[in-house]
Amino acid sequence: MESVLGNLDLLYVAPVLGLQLLVNGLLVGAIFALVAYGLALVWGVTHIINLAQGDFVILGGMLTYTISSQAGIHPLWALPISAVLLYGLGVVIYRLVIRRVVDRDIFVSILATFGISILLTQLMNQIFGADIQRARHDLGTWGFFDNVVTVEQIKLLAAAITAVLALGLVQFLRRSRVGQAMRATAQNPRAARLMGIDTDWVYETTFAVNAAICGAAGALVVMVWSIEPFSGLIFTIRAFMIVVVAGVGNLAGVVAAGLGLGVMENFAGFILGTEFQIGFVFALLVVILLWRNLRLGRKREVLR
Amino acid sequence: MSDTYRRIERLSGSPWAVVALLVVGLALPLVFPSYQTAIAVLWMMVVFALTWDVLGGQMGYNSFGNIVFFGVGMYVAAVVQRELYFDIGQFESISDKFNVHLTSAQYLTGFGLGTLLGMVICGVLALLLGYGILGLRGHYFAICTLGLGVAAGEIAGGIDYIGAGAGMAPPVFPEALGSRGLFFAYFFLALTVASFVLLRWLYGGRFGLAINAIRDDEDKADSMGIPATRYKSTAWCVSAVFLAAAGAGFGHLNGWIEPAEIAFPGATMGVWMVVMAVLGGKGTLWGPVIGAVVFYVSQQTFWVLLLGWQLVALGLLIVVIVVFFPEGIVGWLRARRPATDKGPSP
Repeated sequence: MESVLGNLDLLYVAPVLGLQLLVNGLLVGAIFALVAYGLALVWGVTHIINLAQGDFVILGGMLTYTISSQAGIHPLWALPISAVLLYGLGVVIYRLVIRRVVDRDIFVSILATFGISILLTQLMNQIFGADIQRARHDLGTWGFFDNVVTVEQIKLLAAAITAVLALGLVQFLRRSRVGQAMRATAQNPRAARLMGIDTDWVYETTFAVNAAICGAAGALVVMVWSIEPFSGLIFTIRAFMIVVVAGVGNLAGVVAAGLGLGVMENFAGFILGTEFQIGFVFALLVVILLWRNLRLGRKREVLR
Repeated sequence: MSDTYRRIERLSGSPWAVVALLVVGLALPLVFPSYQTAIAVLWMMVVFALTWDVLGGQMGYNSFGNIVFFGVGMYVAAVVQRELYFDIGQFESISDKFNVHLTSAQYLTGFGLGTLLGMVICGVLALLLGYGILGLRGHYFAICTLGLGVAAGEIAGGIDYIGAGAGMAPPVFPEALGSRGLFFAYFFLALTVASFVLLRWLYGGRFGLAINAIRDDEDKADSMGIPATRYKSTAWCVSAVFLAAAGAGFGHLNGWIEPAEIAFPGATMGVWMVVMAVLGGKGTLWGPVIGAVVFYVSQQTFWVLLLGWQLVALGLLIVVIVVFFPEGIVGWLRARRPATDKGPSP
């Protein structure tokens, strides 16, 4: 408790520390938003909440780390490779599992993706080991205010890449025939099928595109942060939380909520101590869900 | 063939089935004295599956956070033992050496009181959480409970009073009481039979009908005048009370408690609950029992062969069961031999 008050006091005395937290929060929040947008895409089109979302991210990071360290290339060049590999994995998982649960009740689909999540976590633990991985990027840091506020160049670069990927994805959904087919399937799968859209293929592509997004996001995470096999769940929770706050199919909302979550998490980590940062995220999830449900409850509705 | 199955089905619904369970349970640890601890854990698994199925099977609410009550019950019981007979400083100085000895009367009193207190606390906790969280449906409930389970472990790991991440040790089982394995095998057997009998009675009455109605269509149930929130919270409370007792027993059986692997093991036991209930057949009374026995026995027999890939196999198992065998063992048997109109199916 004293440490919490002490940290608050520190923020009050030196507000520039707050600026540091804000900058860091915004830069990682951008990655959260990207992962959340992928989750929302699958959720909107196939009505499945992919509990393995975070594990896709971690797998992307692990692949990036392994490729860049084995081949001796910069992790940025491993990013597209990781995305392509995850696309392939997405196709495989869709064909083997998701296709069989996509039109069943949510009970089945949530258990199935939960199983995939455990499978991927433990596979990564076996293959890559339980160590914390961090890719070397060899980029410097800019200092401001006598180096009290520092901006890591890699974080800025990652946020820029995230923005490019997100804009590309939006244009893909708006302009391309495949994107149109996805949106049509999301609106009304039956009508889409009658119009000659192969909805099964659309589901598969949506799931795989989402996996590729996660692969790219994971590559960024392993550069700006660090990852270990068991941190997938927290990315799933973050993405889910962002989508619950923003709503499915609301890009501006997802970006705002993602950045907001990044900032809140950084402040909570500073004020409560980093050992409670993860606990804070989960507690925030519970609070947000209850708050949403309470608000809907006044209108005699429920979250569904 | 069909007649045999019907006879089994009718028998499994009769009180004799419970008696048979009891007799088998009493004899097992005496026949296989070297497996007493494993038998205790076997019964605990049955309690896990039975209590998960209350929400997961009968009520249609996927809970990934039931492990919270297990851990809370475990910690409450251990703390009661500690607080009754020691002050903290004294306890910490000796528990480093793992030799906290109590007389058997002290141990039993502390264990009994701790278990009861854990059950009460978890029951109240479930009611309170239930009024909030059980208002959520489907995906939202599942993910919220997933968060709850992990948050509980993280938070427990930060509290120094209960040993934080390093954990704490309940008192050593007194030698005067005889075999620890036997004691806990019978403790968990009693818990299994109590939960089984209570659930059988609950499912057979208004409560069972109400939660099944909630599973089938909550909005319709609500508009028919079933107080859904109250039933849902009560159902979770029943689960929580038995899980708390199981946690208290397991903490004392294990002799060592720490947050991540023992008290809130979301990745192992938390997942097993789901697997066992689904494997046996969710939404049936005997399904979780059969699922737990099949799962645990095969786990103990074959898992050594997997050489560290057990948890990978577990993930694979969930996917395979859910996708290809969602009705479970009991559901599959029932589908092969359709129920007759003679008497209620269990």
